[in-house]
Amino acid sequence: MLKILKYSFYDLMRSRWSYVYFLFYLLLGVVLLFLNNDLSKAVITLMNVIIILVPLIGTIFGVMYYYNSREFTELLLAQPVKRSSIFLGQYFGVATSLAMSLIIGLGLPFVFYGIFNSSAIWDFTLLLITGGFLTFIFTALAFVIALSNENRIKGFGYAILLWLFMAVIYDGIFLMSLLYFEDYPLDKFSLVATMLNPVDLSRVLILLKLDISALLGYTGAVFQKFFGTSFGLILSFVMLVVWVVVPTFFIWRIAKRKDF
Amino acid sequence: MIEIKDLHKKFGKNEVLKGIDLSIGEGGIFSILGPNGSGKTTLIKSILGMVIPDSGEILINGKSLKNDFKYRDKIDYLPQIANFPGNLKVNELIAMIKDLRAGKATNDEELIDLFKLQPFLNKRLVNLSGGTKQKVNLVLTFMFDSPLVILDEPTSGLDPISHLRLKNLIFAEKAKGKTILVTSHILSFVEEISDEIVFILEGKIYFKGTIPELKSKTEQLDFEHAIASILSASYA
Repeated sequence: MLKILKYSFYDLMRSRWSYVYFLFYLLLGVVLLFLNNDLSKAVITLMNVIIILVPLIGTIFGVMYYYNSREFTELLLAQPVKRSSIFLGQYFGVATSLAMSLIIGLGLPFVFYGIFNSSAIWDFTLLLITGGFLTFIFTALAFVIALSNENRIKGFGYAILLWLFMAVIYDGIFLMSLLYFEDYPLDKFSLVATMLNPVDLSRVLILLKLDISALLGYTGAVFQKFFGTSFGLILSFVMLVVWVVVPTFFIWRIAKRKDF
Repeated sequence: MIEIKDLHKKFGKNEVLKGIDLSIGEGGIFSILGPNGSGKTTLIKSILGMVIPDSGEILINGKSLKNDFKYRDKIDYLPQIANFPGNLKVNELIAMIKDLRAGKATNDEELIDLFKLQPFLNKRLVNLSGGTKQKVNLVLTFMFDSPLVILDEPTSGLDPISHLRLKNLIFAEKAKGKTILVTSHILSFVEEISDEIVFILEGKIYFKGTIPELKSKTEQLDFEHAIASILSASYA
């Protein structure tokens, strides 16, 4: 698997899109720092961008890479290589290179700005870690979609729908249900609902770390009580790991039975 | 060498292989023929484990292919469409495939020389023409010394001189005692190289034997007409 990972990664490192993605984050980092002149605020703005954009890029890139490398995959399938290692290798190759573009692209301007001497370093690290998780989660979901759909247009369509659902629609439904059931105690419900969507989970994690949970009112207090504890933090990370592992398992399972 | 027993494969509602029984011995060139959509490529891909059959069994040297991948170490396969990761250079691709089959002797330099690929070695694969890609494809296939070689439309896109070199290469491989499976629609090529013909029609083996046997069976004097008579009989 490591060999496939190496070559997929290598192939992507040379692709124009990796650089576009990298430069975009570099630019974003630089612009935010020099417009804001305040690390904490820059981190908040970055969070808003990352929470929406990273899943989108991960989804699109994952689907695109899978469909574009179909012939290459066929070449590999005829080699004495295990099926699962081909697909897992490609998946980790794509996800790693995307995560690297994100971390280096954002990391560089912040390092030069002096993040190491600032108190915002932990917030920033958390931001990059959740960004990395989101990349791995959504690339895996994209691979699952692409593997189950022979038709590219359909595959892209489902992938975009998935992103839209996770990033936008889920919140809408969540909010509606909160309003609708406002007469009932909703603490547990909202905690669970947040845990079940990696995008929301990441957002809440970062917001609470930034100590602006007071802005969230009562919910913020509930969340703070839960996510603020080390148990809550560990559970959230476990959830993020589960969100990576489950789709990866599906990649493995679908790849085992698929015809080429 | 290859033993196929009652192989069935459906893609959705489309039943492609309807019970293939085939036994291919060791050594010699076997051509798999049949009209478009008759199941040639599906059969080859089943042997390679790229298509997973619904039922039936494939044995190579007496060993079942199910849940095995190491047997592919003994197969060289030339796919129908030559498309590679575009960002790699030709020599990187060759190095990569070598790396994946680490520890095997290769004669890639000889083949690069044969197909005059030196000027392209440092070019990216996206920038190559279809014929050149096919040559790279051929190098990748023939550089290992495996006892079973499977060629899916090996002549596509090749110029006449490369075509000739390919033919010589196939004969040279046969002389080493290898088993070579070929699919092609170019009948003159098939007639020239094949020891035996396997004709697939609508997912079943219609005929297996030598070209003279085919001619006498169909009562035709030349190979092209013999094939045509099978086809027109099946379409009628």
